Amino acid sequence: MHDVVIRTQELSKHFGAFVAVDKISFDVPAGEIFGFLGANGAGKTTAMRMLSGLSRPTSGAATVAGFDVFTQPEEIKRTIGYMSQKFSLYEDLTVRENITFFGGIYGLSDSAIKEKSDLLIEQLGLQGEVKKLVGSLPLGWKQKLAFSVAMIHDPKIVFLDEPTGGVDPLTRRQFWELIYAAADRGVTIFVTTHYMDEAEYCHRVSIMVDGAIKALDTPRDLKQTYQAPTMDAVFYHLARGAQRSAD
Amino acid sequence: MKSTSNPTSNAVVLNGIGKTYENGAVVAVHDVSFDVRPGELFGLIGPDGAGKTSLFRILTTLLLPDAGTATVAGYDVVKDFRAIRGIVGYMPGKFSLYQDLSVEENVNFFATLFGTSVDENYDLIRDIYVQLEPFKHRRAGKLSGGMKQKLALCCALIHKPHVLFLDEPTTGVDPVSRKEFWEMLQRLKEQGIAILISTPYMDEAMMCERIALIQGGSIMSIDTPENIMQAFPATLYAVRATDAYHLRMDLLAEAFTESCHAFGDEVHLTLHTEGIAKAAGMEDVVAAMRARGHADVEIREIAPSIEDCFIRLMGQHHA
Amino acid sequence: MNQLLTFIRKEFLHVLRDRKTLLILFGLPIVQILLFGFALTNEVRNANIAIIDDAHDEASRSIIGMIAASRSFHAHALPGGHSSIDETFRSSGVKLIVLFPANFNTDLMHTQRARVQIIADASDPNTASTLTTYVSAIIADYQKARVQTTSLPYTISTNVRMLYNPQLKGAPNFVPGVMALVLMLVCVMMTSIAIVREKELGTMEILLVSPFKPMLVIVAKVVPYLLLSLVNVASILVLSVYVLDLPVQGSVVLLVAVSTVFIITSLALGLLISTITNSQQTAMLFSMMGMLLPTTLFSGFMFPIENMPLPLQIISNVVPARWYYIIVKSVMIKGLGFTAIWRELLVLVGMTGLLIVISLRKFKVRLA
Repeated sequence: MHDVVIRTQELSKHFGAFVAVDKISFDVPAGEIFGFLGANGAGKTTAMRMLSGLSRPTSGAATVAGFDVFTQPEEIKRTIGYMSQKFSLYEDLTVRENITFFGGIYGLSDSAIKEKSDLLIEQLGLQGEVKKLVGSLPLGWKQKLAFSVAMIHDPKIVFLDEPTGGVDPLTRRQFWELIYAAADRGVTIFVTTHYMDEAEYCHRVSIMVDGAIKALDTPRDLKQTYQAPTMDAVFYHLARGAQRSAD
Repeated sequence: MKSTSNPTSNAVVLNGIGKTYENGAVVAVHDVSFDVRPGELFGLIGPDGAGKTSLFRILTTLLLPDAGTATVAGYDVVKDFRAIRGIVGYMPGKFSLYQDLSVEENVNFFATLFGTSVDENYDLIRDIYVQLEPFKHRRAGKLSGGMKQKLALCCALIHKPHVLFLDEPTTGVDPVSRKEFWEMLQRLKEQGIAILISTPYMDEAMMCERIALIQGGSIMSIDTPENIMQAFPATLYAVRATDAYHLRMDLLAEAFTESCHAFGDEVHLTLHTEGIAKAAGMEDVVAAMRARGHADVEIREIAPSIEDCFIRLMGQHHA
Repeated sequence: MNQLLTFIRKEFLHVLRDRKTLLILFGLPIVQILLFGFALTNEVRNANIAIIDDAHDEASRSIIGMIAASRSFHAHALPGGHSSIDETFRSSGVKLIVLFPANFNTDLMHTQRARVQIIADASDPNTASTLTTYVSAIIADYQKARVQTTSLPYTISTNVRMLYNPQLKGAPNFVPGVMALVLMLVCVMMTSIAIVREKELGTMEILLVSPFKPMLVIVAKVVPYLLLSLVNVASILVLSVYVLDLPVQGSVVLLVAVSTVFIITSLALGLLISTITNSQQTAMLFSMMGMLLPTTLFSGFMFPIENMPLPLQIISNVVPARWYYIIVKSVMIKGLGFTAIWRELLVLVGMTGLLIVISLRKFKVRLA
């Protein structure tokens, strides 16, 4: 069995009287693609912020890559990567400028950045577009590049926030191919999304409703448990009775 | 302005519509033709950048096409744009209402804008509006995503349009709200309103009567979802093993594999039927995978989904 | 008509519900007026000055008396001896020293050429020149008075007169300036943002696809800001009359009419900006950099246009605020009527017409 990379025990976050995240407990082993699902306002974002060292939990315990979320948020930030559909790359910088910039933020040496970006550009087949502005690339390429940039400092864990909304089915599969390859190398992938077709690609998924985890299993077992043909139907079954919903 | 609407004609007709941007450098839409029949729920299925929004803007008279002709309710989209503007309902992709106005104020504003009142067409929006009624004094900005979308639909319906254009209304909305939204559309269809809707979600194609699969500005296929799936030219298998990632890589390496794509934790596979000595069967696939060290290999024949069809059509169009 | 009214009502709701907009709309003029009126004024009060009177005669004492009576100065006498001048400036915070040489009166009586030395601390040049002007004015007044009482015909008087603003108050200069600035800012920025916001929201598409005439969208957007700006004009005038004691010398009706023309100019500019920008941020930046800066620089209210190099003087002609500033000064402070300002008004009306035509042509009934 792989090492546990993310462990939470009754992790909670309160904003005044509002309980955004309510005692969530789960383990994620190294190399797993873990889907973190929930409707808008279910508490996904808050939970992810706590795990990435951006927000201090109210109670409970959690370790990420062996570091404590209460006492070692800076160490956590150094060992994780982050990519979101909404923001990941600077559209007005070229491909290479983006890579260089993000390599720089994570403290890579100039020679390491050079080496990394050459490798990365070759892997993605972007040799012809190195000098193009990222804004002019097709959405699918941007996503692949964004993921690779999030991996530039060889993080142990990568957080993906709704990574592949809106791309065509082939490009989406190419993207997941990258994710599987990373997971195969032992990187843990933590995907938050409310697109259920992304959930089908995860090894295990948890479904959050009103701040609490309502279900956690492989997509296949979830579908069996709830007698549902798709993850969409599973989600509908669980989230239908949700009390809160907000953006 | 003199041409009149013909109720027996098609709600929407496109004939060889083309649109380019930046002086022809970017082709948004190329030679698109289809029609939407009266009272039909027609889906435009394709990813971001496929040209869906350009088509919607041409049909709602917001953009001029570079090529081809199109009519909405019998009116020409270029010549009769004023007539069209009075009789269509439109929900743009990024439409988000006036956040600082209450639900009621938003609805009343759009009713007045279209020269009508909420009471006049209340029966049409009643189903949706009753769900919003408890929040009618709340500002639109404070509504949840699903509620906002219902309010937007209300506003687009308020003047009892002949044709309803919905550009990606379910993008960014959670599955529960999405399902409710499609149920509302089914009820609207019963009232005889023709609906043209676009979505990047392949699974939503099944909710439409007819669909057009669009990619790179061109239509790849137009038919009912059932016919499109039946037209899938090969036998499709779902293969599963403990290690899905390496399973796909290993399948790709086999000579019998024609195509193989990941579908969640399964791999969808089609096999070559010609060009190789002996067509492979399910047992051959299982045997080959076991030989490569996979455990718990399962294979079964499955009916293709719209997504399978879309991927296959994309391959053909690229070739 | 009902549609238009509903639309205008909606615009008012947007404004009234947005605290930040409200603050800019109504806080800005008040803050500007108070700032310029009390803090940033170049009017000098109670400045410390020193007087060295080596003459001790009738003339010097009369002038010293007049200086001491002025509200602008806080004067005190220094013992004679020029060696202490440097020391005085350095240690006592004195801004200016007036020095009467010995035999001042005698010189004045017999040679009709007397000298007064005014030494100012020019490390703050604005204050120095203002104070110097004040003192010169007082001496000139004294001379004038003397010319009338004695009958010596050949006394040369330095005829400095502070026209229209004899007390050298700061307010007359900046009230017209602030009016131009505030109206420009409120109208250009608010209108452009109000229209661009609809583009950002995606509601513009709905508005265009409705039977509502695109032209009326513009009217509906513009009317609320026209009204609110008139409220602003009123509040600036009330503030200047009752807080700054600066009455409107000319016709208030004319002033309001002229302001309305200027508001429409600004609204047309805002409209133009909205047709060429697609985000609220760009619209804001355009309004700030493109409108606010030229208005401050070229209206003549901060920096006299006559002192500018010729190319800048030419550029200043295309800044609407420049003409409005001249008109407001004429009507409000000089009390002049329509006959005195019709040329400037014509320029302003011409600009407005041009801007409206351009922006209406640019406003599209389609998206691209």
